[in-house]
Order: sequence, then C-alpha cells, then structure tokens
Amino acid sequence: MKQTNKNPVLAVGPFHPLQEEMEFYQLTLDGEIVTDIDVRLSYNHRGIEKISETLQFDQIPYLVSRICGICSASHPLAYVQAVEELADVKPPVRALYVRTIINELERIHSHLLWVGLAGHFIGYDTVFMWAWRYREPVLDLLEEITGNRNNYGNVKVGGCREDIPNEIKPKLLKELELIERKTDMLTKAVLDDPVLHARLKGVGVLKKEDAVKFCVTGPTARGSGIDIDVRRDDPYAAYNDLDWKVIVQQQGDVFAKAVVRLLETFESIKIVKQALNKMPDGPILTEVKEIPAGEAVGHAEAPRGETFHYVRSDGGNRPVRHKVRAPSYVNVPSFKASCLGQHIADVTITLAAVDPCYSCTERLAVVDRHQNTMLTFDELLKMSRQKTERIATDMGLPKLNPPLVDKDGGP
Amino acid sequence: MKVHKIMEQTELTEQLEKIRGKLIAIEQPRPNRLYLSCESENSREIVKFLFEDVGARFCVATAIDADHCFEVLYHFSYDRTGCVISVKAFIRDRNKPSIESVSHFLPAAEWIEREIHDTFGIEFRNHPDMRRLILADDWPQGVYPMRKEGTK
Repeated sequence: MKQTNKNPVLAVGPFHPLQEEMEFYQLTLDGEIVTDIDVRLSYNHRGIEKISETLQFDQIPYLVSRICGICSASHPLAYVQAVEELADVKPPVRALYVRTIINELERIHSHLLWVGLAGHFIGYDTVFMWAWRYREPVLDLLEEITGNRNNYGNVKVGGCREDIPNEIKPKLLKELELIERKTDMLTKAVLDDPVLHARLKGVGVLKKEDAVKFCVTGPTARGSGIDIDVRRDDPYAAYNDLDWKVIVQQQGDVFAKAVVRLLETFESIKIVKQALNKMPDGPILTEVKEIPAGEAVGHAEAPRGETFHYVRSDGGNRPVRHKVRAPSYVNVPSFKASCLGQHIADVTITLAAVDPCYSCTERLAVVDRHQNTMLTFDELLKMSRQKTERIATDMGLPKLNPPLVDKDGGP
Repeated sequence: MKVHKIMEQTELTEQLEKIRGKLIAIEQPRPNRLYLSCESENSREIVKFLFEDVGARFCVATAIDADHCFEVLYHFSYDRTGCVISVKAFIRDRNKPSIESVSHFLPAAEWIEREIHDTFGIEFRNHPDMRRLILADDWPQGVYPMRKEGTK
C-alpha cells in the first residue's frame, strides 16, 4: 500500500475485552469514505498444524477443539470425520445424534453471542444484555451434556466419548422451550425495530458475485444469496434424518446476515428437539484399530461457515499432514469487497457482520490520507454508535443508551 | 445420495473429461471425493477450469512436503452434490520449488498462497501481493517451519 509508506502508522491497538484475537485492520480513507483495507493477522500464530503432526490420531481432537473456544465442537467433528473416512469407519447411529445435538447447541450459543456483539457495536446495549443472558442457559445445557461449557472433548474417532443419558432428555427439552421463547422475543424485537432497519439495511453489502469470487461460506454466503450449507450438501452426523431448512437472504447487507443468523437459531432449536426425540438407543462407539495410509477430507458447518480439515497418513499413528481451515480464513478477505466505499461509521459493524473469529484483541487503526490522523477502535465504535443515535433522533425516538464512556474515561 | 445429486455428479464427471489430457490420474475413493493429480505446470489451468467453468467453490490449499517432491492440493467443494474435488499438483524440483499462482482469477486463494510461501518456501509465480502472512517480519530468510527437515 503506497499511502501507508508515505504516512507511517504506529499500530497502537487497544486491548478490547469485547474482541478476541489480535488482528490489525488498516483502513485508508478519503474524507470519511474507506478506499482501501489491509488486514494483517497471525500476531498469535500457535502452529496447530505442526503440533498436530507430533500427536497421535486420538489426541488431536483435544488439540483442534482448542483452536477456537466457540467452534470447539465443529473443529474436532470435521477432523474426526476425515479420519473416519480414512479408516473407513462408520460410527453408531446414536453417536451421530449426540454429535448433531452438541453441534447445534454450539450454533445457537454462537449466533446469540453474535447478535449481542452486533447490538453493542451499533449502540443497542439492551440487545447485548438480552442475547448474552439467553445464551447462558444454552451453555448450561452443554455443561449438562458434556461437563463443559466450552471445549466439550466429547467427539472421538469412531463415535463419542460420553452419551446423553435418556433421563435428562425431559429437562433438556424443557430448557429448550424456554430458550426458544426468549429467542423469539429477541428476534421479534430486533426485526421489528425501525431504527435497526434504517441502520443496517444497505450497509456493508457483499454482492453475490463478490461472495462467489471470495468463496465465502456460512451465514456470510447465505446472506448474499448463495444457497450452501455443508449439513445439507454433504450430509454428516444425523442431519439427513431430520427436518430443517437452510436460511438464505438475497440482499447481502448486515441486516440480511442478522436475519440469517436469527432464523438459523430457530432451525437449530428445531434440530436439537427432533434429535433428542428421535435418538435411538445403542452403543456410541465403534472400535477403531489402525489408521491406514491414505488421505481424506472432512468438513462440517460451523456457526461461521465451513470448517475444513485435510488429513494424510503414512500408516503410522500420527498424521504426516493435517491442514485446518477455519471459516473466517475465507470470510475475512471479503472485507475488500464489502468495506470499500463504506462510510467510516459503518466499518465496525461491517467487519463484525462476518462474525470474524479472532480470539482476544482488536487492533484497528484508521489512516486519513489527507490529515495523517489515526483513530482507535474505541473511537470507531463511538462513531458507529453515534450514527445509530442520529437515526433514532431523526425518527423522534428517545435516547437508546446512556453514554458509552463513563466519568473515569473507560468504556 | 439422492437421484438429482447422482445426475449432477454424472454431469461433473463428464465435464472433467475436458481436462483429462492434463491429468496424471483421477481417483475417487468415495462417491463424493475426487482427487485429480497433475504436474505443477498444468495446475493453474485445471484450477481455473474448476472455478470458472465447473463453478466449484474454492475451500483452501494444502502444501505437503512429500519425500521427493512438494505437493500443493487445491481443494474445491462442488456444493450441488457435496463433492470435494482436490487438485493435487506435484512440484518435482525440491531445490527451487515454484508453481503458478491462481490468485489473479481466484482472490480467495491469495492468503493461502502467501501462507504456503511463508511456511514451505514454495514460490507462487505472478502472485499479486507476495508479502508475509503468517511469519513475523524478523523471521530469518530461508527457514520454512512446515518443511519436514525442520523437525529432524
């Protein structure tokens, strides 16, 4: 980027507890319009693929479940499916149902988490509180089933480690009813809000042809009119036996992505309920003796899109190569299409709309081509929230939230 | 597999006949997994064919340090049937490994080609932006962490 060389930038990123991992976006501006975006990542590269080559096939699920706290069910599932393909093993049907239930609960809590964050970014702190509050019982359910709120450690080559006891089914179903009711309330409140329509529609549009070009997956693709879902297209676990649908929206803006995620949450609740009711009795593990030489691919639909694992074995007890691709790896570069020409106040929510899985800090700096100034993430957040306030005031609505910054200066 | 999927899968196989001459081998270990092996000189053309003519979605590329060569696998998903197509390109020259970049027509491959360049030292000819992606700026030149000699 030529402008950057002229205007050197200090990467002073705020450690923002709301964001997860270190990623650095450098936006080049003309006035208030974004003209270029450069993403730098890998400040915290953990070398998972290399570590994986030193572990035995049965140890790797624990490793890959730690790639991401939120996708800690989809990564091991995709890996395990690759190894099962390699060894030509079919897990018992009950294990497939257990996997389905855990993965869909993961999707519910991940989507609720996103709704909360998106609400915060545009100044709807009530949405943030609600969404995170109703996410809690989902995590409780996961704890009830697997013993952990995250990093479930339940999936294993050939099946599952722990069963879902039939005795807790009524309790789970009762909790799901509550979650469904609350999510319904939240969804109606969000989708009926005139300010949100005005704030999010037409913002951060990822056109269908750009979505195809950048090969995006998950809600990012489905919000742009691309009808793909690994759960349906290359069925795994028990998805083929259950009745559910893929949510697709055509507009490609932030609002479309929000609608996709909210409606998908209901589909997931539907899937979990059906799976609990239809789950057959039986064993949950098929014995796997040896992993033969060969190669295989496993992919699964994580909350953010397709998680892709490639495993090659030389017949030993460790893989010679294990490639992992998380959905954000293809979704994040699409910012090049969705952010350019955007108003700077819309950048935070456009970046967040992809639900990028960067796990601890946001490093975001803005370079103004004419003034050589830098804006921090907090300032951008403030601009984003002020725009919502402006829209609300123009509509004659009362103030949404008390000011973000308190007397001590902290957010 | 449902009936319409089987039909579309047959169409896919027929389409692949057009590039049969460029391939060393086609393997199909399962109905919905295809491996197309080729020499690295032909990989760009095959990838272009899969992305633009067949309409497959690019997933990611994997580089492998095999015994006597490097392999670069371009994984595609043909979502209409759920078939995963992997183009396996062999780079025979171990001393100066290089392969033609596909990022010009496939921007989704830009990052992964930069990553493979960082970690395996494979040169992607005509890549639009060959900066480091994974490695830190002060990482020594010529040390490639994902190569097998790094572990020995």
